[in-house]
Amino acid sequence: MTTSQGPTEPQPPVSAAVRLAGVEKSFPVRDGTTTVALSGIDLDVAPREFVSLIGPSGCGKSTLLRIVGDLIQPSGGTVQVNGKPAHQARLDRDYGMVFQAPVLFDWRTVEANVRLPLEVMRFSRAERDRRVREMLDLVELGGFLSHYPHQLSGGMQQRVAIARALAFQPALLLMDEPFGALDEMTRERLNAEVLRIWAQTRTTVIFVTHSIPEAVFLSTRVVVMSARPGRITNVVDIDLPQPRTEQTRETERYFELVTEVRESLRGRITSSAARARAEGAIG
Amino acid sequence: MRGVGSAARLRQYLPAIAVFLAAIVVWEIATAGPGRRVLPPPSDIVGAFGENAAQLRKSALATFYESLGGLAIGTFLGVLVALVTSRWASVRGVLLPVAIASSAIPIVAIAPIMNNWFGVLNPLSKMGMAALLVFFPVMINVTRGLVEVSPAATELMRSYASSDAQILFKVRVPNMLPFFFTALKVGTTLAFIGAIVGEFFGGTSDVLGRIVLQSLSGGRFDTAWAGIFLGAAGAIVSYLAVSLAERLVIPWYSSLVAQER
Repeated sequence: MTTSQGPTEPQPPVSAAVRLAGVEKSFPVRDGTTTVALSGIDLDVAPREFVSLIGPSGCGKSTLLRIVGDLIQPSGGTVQVNGKPAHQARLDRDYGMVFQAPVLFDWRTVEANVRLPLEVMRFSRAERDRRVREMLDLVELGGFLSHYPHQLSGGMQQRVAIARALAFQPALLLMDEPFGALDEMTRERLNAEVLRIWAQTRTTVIFVTHSIPEAVFLSTRVVVMSARPGRITNVVDIDLPQPRTEQTRETERYFELVTEVRESLRGRITSSAARARAEGAIG
Repeated sequence: MRGVGSAARLRQYLPAIAVFLAAIVVWEIATAGPGRRVLPPPSDIVGAFGENAAQLRKSALATFYESLGGLAIGTFLGVLVALVTSRWASVRGVLLPVAIASSAIPIVAIAPIMNNWFGVLNPLSKMGMAALLVFFPVMINVTRGLVEVSPAATELMRSYASSDAQILFKVRVPNMLPFFFTALKVGTTLAFIGAIVGEFFGGTSDVLGRIVLQSLSGGRFDTAWAGIFLGAAGAIVSYLAVSLAERLVIPWYSSLVAQER
């Protein structure tokens, strides 16, 4: 099936799936001051890109993902998704979201959990059934239709969450540390699965992670962020050939890129420590 | 699966059944002599059932009717108020303290007032007592079930651009059902207490509360105890009915709870 957003729609000359310009986010703190969570975020994500956001905790990467998904309002700047404001994109059901916790409903079977967005969006019964089956086959859980979430392993639950996020063919898949709670083996297996799904569905993906190998293995670009205030310090193009396999993880280029991302992260960590010292001296 | 489950359940309840039967035997032996003045032996109580079968049956049905009526009214109002308070946080701020304060009312003092309102012979005066006791746990539990939804679940629904009604029916209500059934189970017992306390304050004579009082004043302790057992049996039967309904309505819940143990 074709996705609803096509090249026929009138759009700005350079069509970006996501365009962030000068995005800021600050939260009021109890003592009356404000904490700057995100500052001066500019980022373009092209259609069908797989972009990872990586950074230390507190760098605002999950906040940024939620701003893109119109779940949090930015304090400043603009967010355009498929040429529309983020709010309109959410109303148009352009987002599929996967959180760190699977957020499956205990009272729904696997099948019914995947069907949830299709019910909300009032797909026809036949279309719902077709898509649920298609999505569960895609994540290789076709045999678990009538299981309840608590009867599945953590990895399987997260695959159900992915199937649910993709069921309505959103233009943009937003994933917030989806494999953060899983063991390394399961995580690597699911990484390969996500790449296969990405190749098949051709969705744009923004993926938040704190795992360097995961970010490098999955992405076409890795966006490195630093904390306090959260901002983008480097963008690393990942030129590993597609399709990527377990062998990719053993190539020299892969290790070079892992090193590059690690050093970008470390570079920021050093200078933010320096800034913290400087702030300490002032305060 | 089912066979294994019921066999395991039987094994689980076997000690309780054994203790219950042993207690009956000890009771019978201990009250054979002068102890009879304090507590009639089980055989006398069984005898009292036989002697007063017609009156006891009629009374039990009447009390059962009052209790279930009160349970229904209290549950309905509890759910209604919970829906309103969970929908509007401002209403919650006003109503919850009032509701909590109302639970501090000594219920026994309300019984004569209920008789005043509905008429002493009207079963509604007893239902009102039962409803009053049932209302509070239902309202508090259902409110919690409606409100205590994981923030991620709400975020997920918002990412689908779902309406408030969809969030209510697809997330809040299913999330609330286990809380509701827990409250309803507590409510079955409370409803019988409320109805019988109401009966103490006057009304028709063929109800369990009056049977107990009249038998006691006439020295018929065995009949009084027969009435008490019928009240307990009614509460247990309605409790089991609620448990059965729970299994049918939220089948996923018992297997989830079993796994978490």
